[in-house]
Amino acid sequence: MIYIAKTRILKGVVTRNFDLKPVDRIESSGTELKALILARFGRSLNIREVDTGSCGACESEIISLNNPIYDLQRFGINFVASPRHADCLLVTGPVSKNMSIALKKTYEAMPAPKFVITCGDCALNGGLFKDSYYVEGAVKDILPVALHIPGCPPNPLIFIRAFLGFLRKS
Amino acid sequence: MAGPEIITRIKKVIPDLKVLSASQPFTDEFAFKVAPSDFKDTCLGLHKILPSPVMMLFACDERQMSGNFVIRCVFVDFRNSQWIIVSVDIPQDSPSFVTLSKSIHSASLFEREIWEMFGVEPKENPDLRRLRLHDEVWPGGSYPLRKDFKIAQPGDLSDYKFSKVLGEGVFEVPVGPVHAGIIGPGHFRFSVAGEPIINLELRLGFTHRGVEKLFEGKLYTDIVGLSECVSGDSSFAHSLSFVQAAEKISQITIPAQASILRGIFLELERIYNHVNDIGGIAMDVGFSFPHAYASIIKEVILQLNENLSGNRYLRRINVVGGVTQDIDEAKKILLLDSLKRIKLDFNELVKILNSSVSFMDRVDTTGVLRKKTAEDLGVVGLAARASGIPTDLRKYFPGIYKQAKFKMVTQGSGDVLARLRLRISEFEESCRLIEDFASSLEKREKLRVEPQLKEGSALGYTEGWRGPVLYWLETSPGGLIKRCKVVDASFLNWQGLSFAVLGNIIPDFPLCNKSFDLSYSGNDL
Repeated sequence: MIYIAKTRILKGVVTRNFDLKPVDRIESSGTELKALILARFGRSLNIREVDTGSCGACESEIISLNNPIYDLQRFGINFVASPRHADCLLVTGPVSKNMSIALKKTYEAMPAPKFVITCGDCALNGGLFKDSYYVEGAVKDILPVALHIPGCPPNPLIFIRAFLGFLRKS
Repeated sequence: MAGPEIITRIKKVIPDLKVLSASQPFTDEFAFKVAPSDFKDTCLGLHKILPSPVMMLFACDERQMSGNFVIRCVFVDFRNSQWIIVSVDIPQDSPSFVTLSKSIHSASLFEREIWEMFGVEPKENPDLRRLRLHDEVWPGGSYPLRKDFKIAQPGDLSDYKFSKVLGEGVFEVPVGPVHAGIIGPGHFRFSVAGEPIINLELRLGFTHRGVEKLFEGKLYTDIVGLSECVSGDSSFAHSLSFVQAAEKISQITIPAQASILRGIFLELERIYNHVNDIGGIAMDVGFSFPHAYASIIKEVILQLNENLSGNRYLRRINVVGGVTQDIDEAKKILLLDSLKRIKLDFNELVKILNSSVSFMDRVDTTGVLRKKTAEDLGVVGLAARASGIPTDLRKYFPGIYKQAKFKMVTQGSGDVLARLRLRISEFEESCRLIEDFASSLEKREKLRVEPQLKEGSALGYTEGWRGPVLYWLETSPGGLIKRCKVVDASFLNWQGLSFAVLGNIIPDFPLCNKSFDLSYSGNDL
């Protein structure tokens, strides 16, 4: 325990401010995100993630969003374990036939109001896998999609920027 | 020649074996063909004398050329640093062969795969349930990897039959496919009596995307990107195996600089995943500080990857004939400096874990995979080494790793702690390898050669961070892919997990699972 405490003090705060452009608005961007979420969602935005056949890179980046460097939670965005707790469904991957039922059921299990975000090029239109015999194709043909985050995989900064842009508009 | 020696050794076991044809297309591959009646005994003989699990077993649809399906079974011969490929023709009017899985357990999943994808029946195989084409959405009778497959024929859908454990007080806990964490989909069905797990049945295939079919008909120089998306956290290992197979077919030797760079990137991929898993293991016993610490190290390595290659997951580096990214002087300094800091941070992380008695108590003797079980199941890679099986492609095949005096690490106990310690040792060894490789980088040497499209078939292999990643590639004269068979280490190791958890309590399942950390998408393809 003493060792951990020592290490913790030596390491200090590692969380980085996002280098969102322009540079002088670094501080305010995160704060803006937080303020927007506070205004639109009451306190926080809860996201449930579903993998419908992604390669795992999008998941890795979403996990990175929660690491101490980006620490998305401090702006009020949480990833939750159950669709029952979620406001938003985050979908990755081209929809594999095997996952299409699970995807619909997860969406149905969420309480309204709810919305869907797709993440990664596969989720937009099937990406590299769109001609496959086992891929249903775009998520937007199955569920109403409010926002798409492009990239293969989108890195954490793209994710945050996309989120900020989306909340500003809506 | 090492190839014919194998034939002699097999003939000692099976005196009247008729080898229909034999060839050594590459120094590390020896292929021979036997009659269908000899196939099972030959495979069993190789399995025992090498000894090697079935590393690959797959079918090819060659009905248009010869009227046959061809089944190939691949074994690894560490002693002679080569792969042994046994093939057999299966006539199209009676598409079946005698099952291997009654004698060699590691063949059973492959046989189920051949059955669902090609409709070639492994006779007397007791378990022919489909792996990836789920009964709920895919009617029987449509075999997507046959060449004449267009779309699925309409037919009856049914349900998957899970094996049931009966008895008083036994109950089932179904989990998934959508899990609580941010993770791929898979269904786990636990049978529990009281607290301990008495049976775990895995049902995977949820991320099946038909990767092998997508490779077909494409130019092999154009489709490296697809191999990078088979399993996102092993992008580099997958693309490396793919381009190696393609380079063997093109008969080109890549520049020395390119192989060193590939070595560096492969080890970078290994260390970011290992540190991620070490953090994950800590998280799954509820020890969040080391998890946070490990995720910082992972992020630093990912950012280093981006600075070196322009991509956090080391994509778009491998091309057929070499690499696209060089590490120049400035980048080399960046690499070595970052590595120094990463090593310091990593040592801190290890100290934190080692100094916590309660953590050690949780991981010690949890999720034991015994050596005998691992051997029978054909478990490969990291999980096999943790159970005491000396298997590592980097060690046994010639190349830059031999020159860098790669030291293979094994553990004996096969529990979560063994897999954790193995990751720690491998992390340290990988850092040493990167430094070693970096010191032999030269200035502005050629990075790639232009490949010529050729006809042929070859096996590409890489020891990824989970274990061997194998690509068997066959091309037509114009360089179009006729068949691409992918085997990720996860495919065999998932079975290992279902045995490792037996006798453990369900709350320890995430811990066991993380200590293997297998790929859903690499398994499901």
